[in-house]
Amino acid sequence: MTTLATTARVAEAAAPLDGRDPVAPLLERVRAGRQFGANVLSTLDVLQVLYDRVLRITPATVDDPDRDRFLLSKGHAVAGYYALLAAKGFIPPDWLDDQGGPSSRLGDHPDRTLIPGVEIGSGSLGHGLGLGVGTALGLRAQGRPDPRVYVLLGDAELDEGSNHEAIAYAGAVGLGNLTAIVVDNSSATHGWPGGVATRFTVNGWTAATVDGRDRDALHPALTGHHGHRPHAVVALVRDGE
Amino acid sequence: MIVRDTFVATTTAFLDDPRTVIVLADISAAAFAPAAAQHPDRVINVGIREQLMVGVAGGLALTGLRPIVHSYAPFLVERTYEQIKLDLDHQGVGAVLVSVGASYDRAAAGRTHLGPADVALIDTLHNWTVHAPGHRDEVPGLLRDVVCGQESAYVRLSTQSNAQAYPEAGDLRVLRDAGPGAALLVAVGPTLDAALDATSDLPVTVAYTHRPRPFDTTGLRALANSAVILVEPYLAGTSTRLLSDALADRPHRLLALGVRREELRRYGSAADHARWHGLDATGLRRSITDFLSPALV
Repeated sequence: MTTLATTARVAEAAAPLDGRDPVAPLLERVRAGRQFGANVLSTLDVLQVLYDRVLRITPATVDDPDRDRFLLSKGHAVAGYYALLAAKGFIPPDWLDDQGGPSSRLGDHPDRTLIPGVEIGSGSLGHGLGLGVGTALGLRAQGRPDPRVYVLLGDAELDEGSNHEAIAYAGAVGLGNLTAIVVDNSSATHGWPGGVATRFTVNGWTAATVDGRDRDALHPALTGHHGHRPHAVVALVRDGE
Repeated sequence: MIVRDTFVATTTAFLDDPRTVIVLADISAAAFAPAAAQHPDRVINVGIREQLMVGVAGGLALTGLRPIVHSYAPFLVERTYEQIKLDLDHQGVGAVLVSVGASYDRAAAGRTHLGPADVALIDTLHNWTVHAPGHRDEVPGLLRDVVCGQESAYVRLSTQSNAQAYPEAGDLRVLRDAGPGAALLVAVGPTLDAALDATSDLPVTVAYTHRPRPFDTTGLRALANSAVILVEPYLAGTSTRLLSDALADRPHRLLALGVRREELRRYGSAADHARWHGLDATGLRRSITDFLSPALV
């Protein structure tokens, strides 16, 4: 059952930056009376700052080779993602009403071949960062210095060893057009003693750890890269948020 | 490693196309060092990180490049199977995977370096081209074909070699015609010479292909009679499904020979393993005469 408190929490999490943001009602359409897990709410602020203030991508530029890339590696965090894609005009809001249905393009995990603006299909954890490293290398090899690659992961997703292959390599080669964002809601079963950011900085990344619900802190962190090293943003969210 | 030299030289030449990019996980990195010096952004060695190797290939392909990914067969295909399935196929992008080592080229290295299941694993995926060349001179042409395409392909290089190259033998090519009604033997890649030796005085038509996927089912239907023998250099029975489907409307018998599933726990040479798996001329002849004996008697 959905509680009033949860509904209020959703509305607060989707609260607009400018008082007119359409995401909250769209998120309610995705929700369709279901109870959201903590992972949905924990990513909302990061997603909104990215799409409102950071990513250089619009529905008109989804195939532009010089667009920024946003790769949702934790593919289960789709509710806010789909709501934002609808709010920004990448997909029709009507698509939100039938998520997971037999004719729907929106699964419980996203499929890039079905959804405009979605860069990767994800769901199995630990694939997005490798794809992001490859994308960043591909842009570099084609002499495209402007577009930036952002990959959103979770702290539990970091359990997958494939991430650590990517972290070590990207740091070693100074892959400066890559940003990894780790939403850390302390859900990794065995934790990350010393903090998530250390896994990146020891490999030569720059890193910022900020309150994952504080949009004014998220923005400088998400844009705080220096150009010659990959950048990590750890967005701390309290357990259960 | 003569066939690997051919691969390196051919692939290095492909780098003249700015779409081509090579992804390595240390294996053969020294051989590609001159190419890497010339094209540092398009010869990428990620270190001993095979999951990343295929993930990177997927990301490169998403930006429009054509990745050629290379390692030992078990590391390239078995260790990275989910990356192949999700980072290439599920993303709707393609790459060319080129392995060395095959089933038992480095038999003395033991189980970790044996890759008999590679083609069977690739065969769980949709719409892949698979080449298992039987001679180094077949490699440049088939590599060019698959690299110039858009879809995914797996090229299985082996130090095992036939005496003669048949570069055009993607579709079945008849090398010995035993006349109407004869049994048909299809030899894949480097199994050809042993198959020819094994059947030199038997009433068996021998056809050859270095491209088991897509299998030339049209050619098969034109050549096959009531008895078909399949000899593959990887897991026995890997192509049985395709041959059975292609001949579903005809009464036929099928003998599928290849590498057995049992782990031998023995070292030795590739020739030793071929013999132990019954894939040398003597072993093949024994299996084939047993299979044909009701018809011969």
